[in-house]
This record gives sequence, C-alpha cells and structure tokens, in this order.
Amino acid sequence: MGPARYKGKWEAVQVSHLLRRTGFGVRMEDVAYFLGRSPKKAVRELILTDYPLPAPPVNNYNDDKYTDAEIAPGSDWTVSLKYDGMNNGRRKNSFKSWWFGSMIGQDRSIREKMVLFWHNHFVTETNTVDNALFCYKYNVLLRQHALGNFKELVKAMTTEPAMLRYLNGYANTKKAPDENYGRELQELFTVGKGQGSQYSEQDVKAAARVLTGYTLNYKTYTASFDPKRHDEGDKQFSAYYDNHVIKGLKGVEATGEVDQLVEMIFSREEVSHFICRKLYRWFVYHDIDKTTEKNVIQPLAALFRKKDYSIRPVLEALFLSRHFFDAANYGCMIKSPVDLSVGLCREFGVVFPGAAEYADQYGFWEQVRNQAAALQQNIGDPPNVAGWQAYYQEPEYDKLWISSDTLPRRNQFTDRMVNNGFARNGKKIGIDVVAFAARFPHPEDPDQLIADLVTALFSVPLTAEELQLMKTSILLSGLVGKASDHYWTNAWQNLQQKPDDSANRNAVTNKLKALFRHLLDKPEYQLM
Amino acid sequence: MKRRDFFKNTIPIVLPALVNGFSLRAWASAPLLFPPTRGPGEDRVLVLIQLSGGNDGLNTVIPLEYYAAYQKARPNIAIPEEKVLRLEGLEGTGLHPAMPEMQQLFGEGKLAILQGIGYPQPNFSHFRATDIWLTGADAGQIIPTGWAGRYLDLSYPRWPQDYPNPGMPDPLAIQIGSLVSPALQGPTLTMGMAISNPNSFYELIADKSATASNTRAGEQLSYIREMAIKTDQYAGVIKRAAQRVTRQSDKYPATGKNPLADQLKIVARLIAGGLKTRFYLVNMGGFDTHAKQVETADVTTGNHAKLLARLSEAIHVFQDDLAFLQVDNKVVGMTFSEFGRRIQSNASGGTDHGAAAPVFVFGTAVQGGVIGTNPVWPDKLTVNDNISMQYDFRAVYNSLLEKWFLAAPSETVSVLQKDYAILPFIKG
Repeated sequence: MGPARYKGKWEAVQVSHLLRRTGFGVRMEDVAYFLGRSPKKAVRELILTDYPLPAPPVNNYNDDKYTDAEIAPGSDWTVSLKYDGMNNGRRKNSFKSWWFGSMIGQDRSIREKMVLFWHNHFVTETNTVDNALFCYKYNVLLRQHALGNFKELVKAMTTEPAMLRYLNGYANTKKAPDENYGRELQELFTVGKGQGSQYSEQDVKAAARVLTGYTLNYKTYTASFDPKRHDEGDKQFSAYYDNHVIKGLKGVEATGEVDQLVEMIFSREEVSHFICRKLYRWFVYHDIDKTTEKNVIQPLAALFRKKDYSIRPVLEALFLSRHFFDAANYGCMIKSPVDLSVGLCREFGVVFPGAAEYADQYGFWEQVRNQAAALQQNIGDPPNVAGWQAYYQEPEYDKLWISSDTLPRRNQFTDRMVNNGFARNGKKIGIDVVAFAARFPHPEDPDQLIADLVTALFSVPLTAEELQLMKTSILLSGLVGKASDHYWTNAWQNLQQKPDDSANRNAVTNKLKALFRHLLDKPEYQLM
Repeated sequence: MKRRDFFKNTIPIVLPALVNGFSLRAWASAPLLFPPTRGPGEDRVLVLIQLSGGNDGLNTVIPLEYYAAYQKARPNIAIPEEKVLRLEGLEGTGLHPAMPEMQQLFGEGKLAILQGIGYPQPNFSHFRATDIWLTGADAGQIIPTGWAGRYLDLSYPRWPQDYPNPGMPDPLAIQIGSLVSPALQGPTLTMGMAISNPNSFYELIADKSATASNTRAGEQLSYIREMAIKTDQYAGVIKRAAQRVTRQSDKYPATGKNPLADQLKIVARLIAGGLKTRFYLVNMGGFDTHAKQVETADVTTGNHAKLLARLSEAIHVFQDDLAFLQVDNKVVGMTFSEFGRRIQSNASGGTDHGAAAPVFVFGTAVQGGVIGTNPVWPDKLTVNDNISMQYDFRAVYNSLLEKWFLAAPSETVSVLQKDYAILPFIKG
C-alpha cells in the first residue's frame, strides 16, 4: 500500500532534498550523516526518533519597566498561574521566540516542521487567544501529537483552551450556540471543502450543539465542561453523514458526544484525502494534477485510513516514494519566510548564545523571528483561521511569499546576515564567512569552493557561466580563471598560515562576503 | 548620514540591500527634498576600463628612445623596433603593433598617454593592488569605500532614499560585464548597479527575463526573476534609454568576438539614450601574462597582442559610435590596471608583477599627447627592478574630477584624502 517506492540514487542531492523538505535548511553535517544510511533508515530516523520535548520558555523579559516578582529571571514561567497586563504580553513574546529557537535548534527530526504544519492547519492566533499559557499549552499539544494520530489530535484540539478561545467554543452554549468551531472543524480541519466533501449547514449547526458546554477556567488556565450549558437534545446530521444521529447525553458523560462527533466525521474517506493533499502541498509541490491525485494522494489516503489516521506511516510512505525523489520536484517550492530565515541560520551554523545567556539568546531569536514576520510569516499569528495563504490560495500558492515588497526584504535579510548580522549587548550573530568556507574540502580551489557552495546551498543548479562570473568577478577580482586561480589559492592559504596579515584577511573576508551576498541574493536561493 | 535616520526617513518604504549589497531594488520614488545642485559638469560621463591582471605597460607603450636598453631587458619578448607603431609628432615613444586604432586616435588628438602612473611602495598582490586602485588608498591603508563611490556620495547626498528624482532619475553608476566594482562602494552601500551579463541587458530590452527551464522549479524561478526586475526601479529607465537608440555604429565586431567592445556598445547606447549616469565601469581580464605573452615565432603576436588588439579595437569603435550618436563631447574614457609588469622579461616568455605603468585617457574632450617621460632604468638591471612612478594614480583621478567633472578642489580633497597634482589631459 502507498505510492510506488523510490529505488534510485542516494547522493547529496537526494539527501539535501529530503532534509530541506522535512526540516529547515540543510546542514552539511546532516547530509554527511544520512549519506551513510539507506533512504529508508534516513526517513525512519527523521520520522520515528522521539527526541525529548524542548524545555519550557523562561523569564527573559524583565526590563526597566517590569520585574516578574513570581518567576525568577531564567526560570520557567509556564508554571505560573498569575497573569496581568504586565506579564502576559511579555510571556507571549517569550513564547514566540522560544518556539522560533526550537526550530533553529531542531534535531535530526521532522518534528518542528510538523509543528508548523499543524499550526497552519489548526490555526490559533496569540493576539486573539491572548493568554501566554494557553498559547504555550497549545504549542505543546501540537508538538506531542505532531507525529501521532490525527484523529486523537482532532479530539484533543477540540477542547484545547487556546482553540476554545480562538473559535469561541468557550462561549458556545445551549442558549446561544456559537457555530464557529463546529464549522471550521469540518471546513478547515477534517473533511475540507473539496468535491468529496458535502457537509451542510445542518451539520454545522448539529456539530455546534454537540460542542456546547465547554468553558475556560481562568484560575487554573484549563478547559472545563459545564453540563448546564450543554444542549442535551439529539443531534441529527445530514445525508452526507448517512443521517447519523448523536444521542444527547447528560452530565459529564456528555463530553462523550465529542468523541462520537469526531468518529462520525472520520468515517468519511474525504478526511484522508483532504489531509494527504495538504501534507503534499506542504512537503512536495503546490499543484496536484490528476496523475498525482491517482498515484500519490489516493494511495497515501488509503494508507492513512488503514492505519487509523496514524501520521507516521503516511509520512514514511511519502518520503520514500519515487514521486518525492523525482528530480522534477527538486527546488520546486518557494521557501516560506521561516524556511528562509531558520534555514539560513541552520545551514550556515549561525551561533546563538547558550541557555545560560537566555536574555541574549531569546533576544536574537526574536530579531530573526521579526525578520520572518516582516516577510509575512509571523509564527503564532497567521493572518486568519485558514492559515497562510501560500498553502491554499489558488493558483498562486507559494508565489504569494514573493512580492515587490518581500523580495527586496529577503535580499536585505540575507545581505545583513552576511555583512554585520544582528547585534545586542555587545554580542553578535551572523554568518562567519571564513569559517563556513573552511568547512568545505577545498576552499583554496575557487572552482571547487563555488561548486561546493552551490551544491550545499541551492536546490537547483546554476549555469557554468554564472559560476565563472562569480569566480572571476569576485574571488579573482577580474582576473581570468584557471591561469589565475592560484591567486585565490595563495590568499586563502596565506590566511591559514598568517592569520595576522590584516590586508590579506581583509581581502579574503571581503571577497567571501561579496560571494555569499551574491549567492544568497540569487533568485535560486529562494527555492527549496 | 546615520543609519538610524536612514531607517526613520524611509519607513514604510521597502529597503533594498543596505550595506555593501548588490541588489538595488524597489526604492519607491521619493519626493525631491533636495533639488540637484550639481554644477555644469553634471552631464559629463566617465568610462573606466579596467584591465585586470596587470598590463605589461612596457610592451604597450614602447620607449623607442631607449630601444637598446628595452631590447636588452627583455630580449625574448621585445617588439622589433621597425614594428613599433609610431606616434604622430613623437620620435621616442611608440605603440604595440596590435594597436593601430589607438595610433589613429593619437593622431587625431583624442588620446592622452600618461606615463609612469603608480603610487609609493607599490604592492605586487593582484587583490591588494586592485583594492588600492579601486579605493584610492595608500599602500599601507585599507579603505572600505571606493573612490568613485565617495565622489558620488558627496555629489548626490541622501542617496539612495531621495532617488530617483527629477534631477537624477537614473543610476549613478553602472557596471557592465561583472558584479559591482568596489570602486563604487559608498559609505553604507554601493552607489552603482550592475548589468553583469550583456545578455541580460538585451533580454531586459526585449522584455525577457533569463530563460528558466521548463520545469516546476524553472516556472517558480521565472516568477521570482520577473519580480526581481519589477522591483529594480532602474530596470525601466535603462530599458527606455536603450530603446531610444535604434542605430549604432556599424563598425562593432560581431557579438562575442570582442567582449570589451560588447560592453562598450551598451555603454554608448545608454549614454546616447539619455541616462544621466556618471560612471560606467567595464572590464577585461587576461593581462596576467607570466608566461608566453608572445609567440616566439613572431613576437608581435601572442596573448598580449590579442588583448591589446581587442582593447584598441574596442576603444576605437566606441569612440566612433559616440561620434555617430553625437555624444562624444560628453564622454571621457580611461584605462587602468592594478600594476604594470617587471622591466625584465622572464624565461617563460612572459613578465612578472611590476609597478608603475602607462594609463590611456581618450575622448573628444581630451588634450592629446604624452604626459611624462619614457621610463628610464639603471644599466645594471636586476630581475626585481621596476618602472618608477612619475605621477600618482590619484593625480589622474584628481584631474578627472576637477577638470572633467568640474568638482571643487575641496571636494576632491575629501574624496582623495589629499590634494594631488592636476595633469593637463583635459582640453580647456
């Protein structure tokens, strides 16, 4: 079962493709690591390894206007149940930076990419949820279920405080039913709006009645169920759900109606189609043609159902498929702002301060996070309940990330990371161009260096002409290639032997900076 | 201007690459806060032709006056006396036989040959010497900005946020054929833009972006490239300028035969198309002739001869085109190389890195002739002997800025760090 398996080459190109799509950016050490394993072992390691959850966010937010009297600096603030106008916003900010840092620090695992996938799927906005602890708990839920069972995730999400708050479930009562979640549960989270989905307004209303009675407890910061607010009547669904009736239950047992509702929805095969299409668009390519639907989506969906909506088998089948490794799919996605910014930090090994220097660590995470936000991907706050447009808006899809506004900003961001990076409190993060070049086997050989950089950083090849232009124009200061290559070689070797020769260090550093700026400004760098 | 002000004043307009960046994109049209205040020199153009690798000046401009010493110093590569091209009105100085067009330009009074251009304590590293020439630094000094960049920064204040504007609607400087030169680096970002590949120029004019392959990735790439052109605010002005010129001189060699001529052809077209751009930079590599710079069978041929032939042909046809397009009185051109080569040739039929060398300045506004004397050297030459400097290269820059761009002496001092001599190679 599942789409046809890949049996081709397993070289840096394939490994990098897998890593780019399952993570953020490609680290050279990870390419080397997975080259030594089979495709199956690589994919299974990325999907199956259970790394511990990241430690909770800490108080990085004391400032000249506020000191948290309860939570010491550098300590876990998620244990606090005291919220006020001073700490809530600071903690939300701390949470978002912590999350961004989790992506930058991601292990050899698909988990963070899946957390972002589920965030885009089960959208909440921190601005609307408006409580830092709810936001954090929601994020933990995504991380715990990221590679678990989708049906269980839907059940858990339905009564998750952040979601109850975001889609008004907490205000959904027998007297005044609020249909918001009942609608999105079907339209956006499970059966979708595709041709195979024919739920009706009746189903929205009936689902909303099933979901009545949940409230939020702002002392314990948990969800609770109030049977008095629950609609105890029977809920009649439409022909799409085979005219199913959910019998009204009373007292605390009424929460069982939610399980029945989810089971009923998941009895529709369309759930598996909808989610597999969404996974495909997230991981492979925006357009699903008839062949892809038949050869990839349908087999994945059948597998998804057979495994009772367990997520891992579907991902494994997708990433081991011939289709995924089809060269036509290399470089065919436009990097999201998170892919660009987190990916750059990871692939260049940008060094952030450690946990002991939490204030600067969070500060730098925030600075890069703000770049992604300026590029129109503000994690924790997608534009609306449908998520980022790039993942659903036909026909543009991921082209929407690139506009006359965001493209120059992307160049500006990468230029800055190459030039001076970001600074705070006398510390700096950025790309160390010399150290990065030194990681390649032959940085002294200008052709080899440029070729290796292109392989490491790009998902599509550059023309031989472009490689030559970079060599002569940048590394050789206009000298003609081959015959003059040794000038670069000498300069590089000089730097290793006489690091104190400042004129030479300056020349090499400036050339490498110019080279990296040029590479990262190329339209090709926007592809993954 | 402080970076902070820069941000403050430009919000929420999109910022391009800020520092040292190559991408110059999407500056929204800014209100004209400061009207242009340039003087009468502002419609004048300077074309810099960089000869990368270190041109062998001694085999380019040949000291007939001391022919015996010349022949003795480089017996395996010396151009035979009778083959040296004579310069009208001069006995003692001639040109390499591959440069009849330059000989002709000299005869027409449109070529100045500046002898012995260099700087004290010459550096023999390509990279360092190139940086010195491009930044205008002293031998022991590292300057992060380019000499032309500093001039432009002074002349076009509040760039880039107040540009384009009606006074300066066009790029300040354009580099053709490579990435933007460090010569154009300003205090915070480059003052120039690059048309790095002549093909991309013709694609722009033809409304094509570089063709991407017909694949999923290729389709995405085409989209991003189109967006890149759209956000390049200067793409439009360059295209319109180019489109105003429908005919150019028919003397240009076929495309691809002479890359320097290909680059200069674009320069002529943009100047004639009305761009107010001040500097154009073009370049040509291959001058690092350590070995086999001549064919032993006929020393007037070989690699160096080919390069000089291209240089001569390109400058001549460019000058011809400028006259055809009736803009020749607006344009002065200059060649330079990071260093000359050693007086003595080596055993591989080539020459090693040297010091001072001649510079050509050409144009209708140029006062033709030779400035300086033929190089002289001691009878007992060693392999390390170099041609001595007669004029600092910054005196050349100084003369161009003051006499061609009509910059005030106070301005040139600020650009070049001190007051250099004026060499009289501009008419007037």
